[in-house]
Formats: sequence, structure tokens, C-alpha cells
Amino acid sequence: MMQDNTLHGPTGPLLNVQNLVVEYVVGNKIVHAVSDVSLEIARGETLGLVGESGCGKSTLGRAVLRLRPTVSGRVLFDGEDLTAMQGDALRKMRRRVQLIFQDPIASLNPRRRIGDIIAEPLVIAGVKDPSERHQRVCDALDAVGLDPPLVLSRLPHEFSGGQCQRICIARALVLNPDFIICDEPVSALDVSIRAQILNLLEEMKARFGLTLLFIAHDLAVVKAVSDRVAVMYLGRLCEVSPSEQLFAKPAHPYTALLIEAIPVPDPDVRPAESVPVGEPPSPIAPPSGCRFRTRCPHADQKCRDEVPPMRAVRPGQYAACHHPLS
Amino acid sequence: MSGQALLSVESVAVDLPTARGNLRAVDHVDLTLSAGRTLGIVGESGCGKTMLSRAILQLLPKKAKLSGRVMFDGRDLASCGADQLRKLRARSLAVVFQDPMTSLNPVLTIGTQLIETLQEHLDLDALAARKRTVDLLAAVGIPAPEQRLMQYPHQLSGGMRQRVAIAIALSCEPKLLIADEPTTALDVTIQAQILDLLAREQRRRHMAMILITHDLGVVAGRTDEVAVMYAGRVVERAPTQALFKKMHMPYTQALLSAIPKLDAAPHTRLPAISGRPPDPTRPINGCSFSPRCRYAIDRCRREKPPLADAETVDHKYACFHPLKLSAGIGT
Repeated sequence: MMQDNTLHGPTGPLLNVQNLVVEYVVGNKIVHAVSDVSLEIARGETLGLVGESGCGKSTLGRAVLRLRPTVSGRVLFDGEDLTAMQGDALRKMRRRVQLIFQDPIASLNPRRRIGDIIAEPLVIAGVKDPSERHQRVCDALDAVGLDPPLVLSRLPHEFSGGQCQRICIARALVLNPDFIICDEPVSALDVSIRAQILNLLEEMKARFGLTLLFIAHDLAVVKAVSDRVAVMYLGRLCEVSPSEQLFAKPAHPYTALLIEAIPVPDPDVRPAESVPVGEPPSPIAPPSGCRFRTRCPHADQKCRDEVPPMRAVRPGQYAACHHPLS
Repeated sequence: MSGQALLSVESVAVDLPTARGNLRAVDHVDLTLSAGRTLGIVGESGCGKTMLSRAILQLLPKKAKLSGRVMFDGRDLASCGADQLRKLRARSLAVVFQDPMTSLNPVLTIGTQLIETLQEHLDLDALAARKRTVDLLAAVGIPAPEQRLMQYPHQLSGGMRQRVAIAIALSCEPKLLIADEPTTALDVTIQAQILDLLAREQRRRHMAMILITHDLGVVAGRTDEVAVMYAGRVVERAPTQALFKKMHMPYTQALLSAIPKLDAAPHTRLPAISGRPPDPTRPINGCSFSPRCRYAIDRCRREKPPLADAETVDHKYACFHPLKLSAGIGT
């Protein structure tokens, strides 16, 4: 299936997140997990979402599906407001959105057979005919490169991590979704297996015309699969940009520091001396103004006083910074 | 290479009995490391890199069978008694593990854990030990060290905990530091900080270091020599510069190509290694990489290739069909 011209189709973005706020209460304190995040994902697009642990990227992914209660903001999926939906309508809409998690072994029930695990979404969706279910399970397994007769009646522990992730992908595909949220799908896998799974996700995306939200902490992995990348820091988006441009000309100082910190497999490239200082502050008491200012080499009084708005710095590239890099 | 090696690992093998039969975790590995040098050990999970480090530390599981010899600082570690080993591990052979949460005691403060180590092994009085602890914490980049002394591990972030673990490891001025995936559990910005810290302290103290990792990117700029392990064996070993200039073993090359490149365009297909590592309880007669190797011929499946010398100094590889091309081209 080709996916050209789908990027800005006539029907608008597939996913439109508007001013989303997610907060947790811990004791008598509030964790500002996602603060006023807005983003769009076009049909057929892969949006990469990167950030360090605790920055709220997984919470954002789950809040999109209403798996976390939101404080305010809207999530429009295919033009319909998910945040206003309830009961059956929400359940029907969720069929079109699937999730793949970081730990493939933990996300499969160890006591159920692979065939049943993959058929479960179909049972929930009300596919009553067992032979149709069987056929669709086999098709999904075929698609991810597993041989159905060899796999169907076995248990998760008989498979390696990479194979379990293939099974999770098959389970995500079995309902023919439009949109898949991949939450760190390859972080638990070895280098050689990681490349196989990334290639598989790319194949599946092209073959089934999927739209992906790809959450990861590894910028190189995100670049390999994404059309655009959103960088998140302490609950806020710092920068959204087409991937090539993000790596060639990062506009936000945090993006630049993230890129610099990646170890390069080349001994002639000396590790950067100017790695980001310190650690992210707590999301319970985020810094005033720009949240990155406590680690930013360019921070001044304005960064302390005003929250920088998301502004276009180049065509398609947006950064929330008072002093964007040029 | 300088004559006197600080550490020499001679034909070390580790066997672990499992329910599914004998598992050979480390298969006759030879390594040497001189004082002040850094060796990177690279491999995927299950390749035996951690078991090898445990063999060096003499910290293998009880059931494990160790053969071969580990010489450290002129002593055969296998013939050392428990007391002697304890002293040795405290004073000259230190280790930093992957997960700082499980390697620190959760019910003791940071200060107690560090001061205890110093008093026990360096015969310092309480005041001197405390002062030295503060210095150490400052040296590993912990802000406000006096206050941190009273804190428990759970009150620190992952990066800070790893800094504390490094401070404990460095506290008795070891001659060799083994860092086993010290940054795998950490974020990329923290990873860079911790690797810089290790490199700085290593240079400053003229300490030898073994850096164990699954990431070729981590060893590239930070080691003198690299050993690549696969299925329990060292399959290629070379000075870091030479290795990245020319990889001989197809596995090393494949491992490098499988890493997504920052300068590649998005949606570039990654050259993945097909299949997966062999089951270590079912030994393969020939080269253990042969089932996944695109160059494998009959001989590779029948015979184990020995670790042979390459044309460049100190470069060894175990392959019958070494890559002819320089790194980056080919696979």
C-alpha cells in the first residue's frame, strides 16, 4: 500500500491532541506528568516521541487512549473527541488504536497459548465465528514472520524476547487498526534483534497503511523510523520537527544536548565534552518558566519568568524556547 | 604491549548445570590487561560477558564450574582463600554493576555504606573516613555531599545512585575496576556523564578498567582495546582503533551495522542479523555464528575456527572467512 499524499489528506490529521494536561496525585503533592501538550499526527505518518525517563512520554501515549484520566484538554481521533466518549463508543474507537509495550515477555499472559492470546482482541470485538478468528490469527502471525502451525499452541516462555515482540505485534495487528502506539518497543531487545523488529514495524506500517506514535528514549532508533520527531522534557514538548531537520539543525538546546550525548560507534569521534549537566528536576515541583532552564547553557531571566510558547523556527519545525539555536 | 600484565585470564571456561543440561557460559577465553589500560567487552545478552567478569572476580554462582586460570597482580585467584579474596576485592579489584538500586543496601544511608567500607579496609578512624567519604562523593559529582551522607538509596535518582556505587568502588583506590553495563539502566544524558566520570577517574588514578557493554558506541571512544564475545567465546579482539578501522569477523561487522545511524535517512532499512544466538545448552560443533552468517560454508559448520592473528598487531579473530573489505562497506 502506498502512503504518499496521505500526509495532509483532506480529512485532517488522524490524531489531534489539544492542550492535554495529565496530573497524578501522590500523597498531598501533584506530579505534573503532561502539561499543556498539543500535537498532530497525520494519516500514514510516524511521529517519534523522545525524552528521558520520567518526562511523561508514556503517560502521554496512554492518556491518548484514555488509559489515564486527563485533567483538561482534548484528544481528537479521526475527528471525534475521545475525551468526551464513554462506554460502547469508546470501546469501539479503541479497536482502531492498539498498543505495543516495552517488555514483550511481561505483556503476554504466561499461562495462555499464543493462539488464544492473539484471538482475544477478536473475541472482545465480537467476532463469533471460530474459523474466521482462526484465519485472522494465522494471517497476523504470517504477517510478522511466525509460522502459525508451529506457534499457535505454544506458551510465551517457549519464545525469545524478539519472538515475543513479534507475537505482541501480531496481537496489535489482528483487529486491523489504523493507529498503533509503540511504547519503547525495542528497548528491551538486543542490538541484532532490535534491527529485525524495527524493520518489521516499518514493513507492517507500509503494508497495512498504519499511523504510528513511536515512543522511545533512543534518538537514533527514533530517527530510523520517524517522519517527524517530538522532543519532550519534564511534561512539556520542547521541539517538533521533521526528523532529518531535527538532527541536522536542532532548534531547542535540549534537543542539541540529547543528540550530543549519543555514543557514536567510531573511535575517531571523541565523546562530546559538553554533555548536559545535572539531572532533570522533579515533576512534582517543575522549574518556573522554561522547565529546561536549570540545565540549559543559554538560560536567562526571561526563561525564569515566562513559559516559552511553541513557535515556528523553520518550515515544519517548532520549538518552545526563548533563545532557539540558529 | 607492556611486559607485565595486571590481569591475565588464561583459557577460562565456566560451566553451569541447568535443568536442560550443561550450559557453557564462557568457553576458553584468554585475555590480558595491563595497568592503566581500558578493555571493552562487547556482546549481546547471554554471550557470557557477565559470567566472564564474575569468573575474574571469583564471584560465580555456587553450582558453577570454573576451569582455567585467572592471574591478578601476580597471584592466582583460584588458589586464594576466602579471606584473601575478600581483601583483594576490597582493595584492588572493584566492581560497578548495572543496577545501582540492587547493589546498594536499601536500609543503610549512603554515608554508612561508604564510611563502613573505608573503615573496614583502610583502617581509618571515623572522622577521617567521613572526611574522605565527602571528598569521594564530591569527586564523583554529587552536589552537597554532606547532606547526601544522611540519605538512603531510594532518595537518590538512578544516575546519583550509580555515582555512589562508583564512589564505593573507587574508595580503596583499586588497581582494576570492572564496570558491568554501568549505564544500561540510565538515560542517554546521564549515560554520557557517568562514562565521562569513569574515564576521568580511570586516567587520574591510573587504574585498569574493564567496561562491559552491549553497545559498540559506548566502547568506541572510551577504550584502548575491545574484545567481542559471542556464545561464550571471544570472536574478535583488537586495539579499538584497529577494530573500527577493519573488522575481520562478520559478527562484529553485523553488530555494528545493526545500530541505527544518526546520519542515515529516516526509513532506511537496517541490516539486521537474521535468526538469534544459539541455545547455550546445545553446543554447536563449528563456528557458533555459522547458522546466522551469510558467508558460512561447510567447514564453518564442522570446525571451530581458532582465534587467529590478523596482519595488524594484536588483532585476533576467530573466522575462516574474514571480511576482506574495510569496515562500513559490505554487509
